[in-house]
Amino acid sequence: MSELFIIWSILASQILLSLAMGCALFRMVRGPRAQDRILGLDALYINAMLLLLTFGIRTANTIYFEAALIIALLGFVSSIAFAKFLMRGEVIE
Amino acid sequence: MRYWFPYPLLSLALLVLWLLVNQSFSPGQVILGSILGISFAWVTVNLQPDKAKLKTFNRIFTLAGHVAVDVLRSNIAVMRVILRARTQPANSGFVRIDIGLKDENALAILACILTATPGTAWVEFDRQTGVLLLHVLDLENGDNWAKLIKTRYEAPLKEIFE
Amino acid sequence: MSHLTDLPAWAAIPVCILLLLGSGITLIGSLGLIRLKTFYGRLHAPTLGASAGIILICLASMITFAVLQNRWIVHEILIIVFVVVTTPVTLMLLGQSALYRDRIEENDGVPRKAAGQQTDTTGMDI
Repeated sequence: MSELFIIWSILASQILLSLAMGCALFRMVRGPRAQDRILGLDALYINAMLLLLTFGIRTANTIYFEAALIIALLGFVSSIAFAKFLMRGEVIE
Repeated sequence: MRYWFPYPLLSLALLVLWLLVNQSFSPGQVILGSILGISFAWVTVNLQPDKAKLKTFNRIFTLAGHVAVDVLRSNIAVMRVILRARTQPANSGFVRIDIGLKDENALAILACILTATPGTAWVEFDRQTGVLLLHVLDLENGDNWAKLIKTRYEAPLKEIFE
Repeated sequence: MSHLTDLPAWAAIPVCILLLLGSGITLIGSLGLIRLKTFYGRLHAPTLGASAGIILICLASMITFAVLQNRWIVHEILIIVFVVVTTPVTLMLLGQSALYRDRIEENDGVPRKAAGQQTDTTGMDI
């Protein structure tokens, strides 16, 4: 009983997170201005990281954790670089 | 001592991070992590970060508790704003607040607290005049925001750092 | 899916609740990216997923692995710490750059610099 319950709830949360990724992707593709697109990208990688964590729970494999950690670190750096580029027109001063 | 270990807290944090990533407390990992932590603290010397001088430790825990409660509460408030955005759009706007903090670390922590709380976003801070420009998603009680931030966050931070 | 049957019911139910709650909050936050009208309003939306969503889902993952492997698993705390510390920095910089661009393009609804100051950007670091 409980295993059926947990399998379905993992599936449901994965669907919810995919919908959230779709919303962020919409803002990234559509977004009227450059800062909207960067905001969408930022939300997109956080949602992707959460999706990877749920995959980790589903398969009991810790390799997904490493991938999530790398996304958390590198996504931050890329968003910072984009924001810096918007402000000054160059990344490294 | 100060020369060999320029930033002991940073070295300790790096050691803890290394042990957590490797998920082992074996002596080899502890030694390797200590070497890495101390050598990366040496790299940071060239960046010359400001040394934080903590005055009281008790207030840190009460401040952390307040932040946790506020993040929870404003999560619920922002969810409500988003869900009813179609019928009644949020009354959002900018708020200007005079901030008396001078210490760089205290300002950084205040910025992180305010931005991590959904519903308030730190937009700009003028170092000369000490005026902070804040964007608030739901301006229901406009003037209370300044008072809330000054009493709830700024006063404890001032006590901790200055 | 064989390993999930090893999970006892007292651990499975909190894991389910945490997962559904966390992903639901993240979805609502991302929905805000579509629904809110202005850029500065949308700036608040990802913090929902980055604060509540990540803590709840990492807690679920911690409980699952701790029960399955019968020892304390705490390395998800690393993800929580990284995301909670880094997301505000990103959003702050994005807000600053958006304000800077809006001021240059002289859009409406953006606060001006206070009188008596020239728009220098050198002091605009965090």
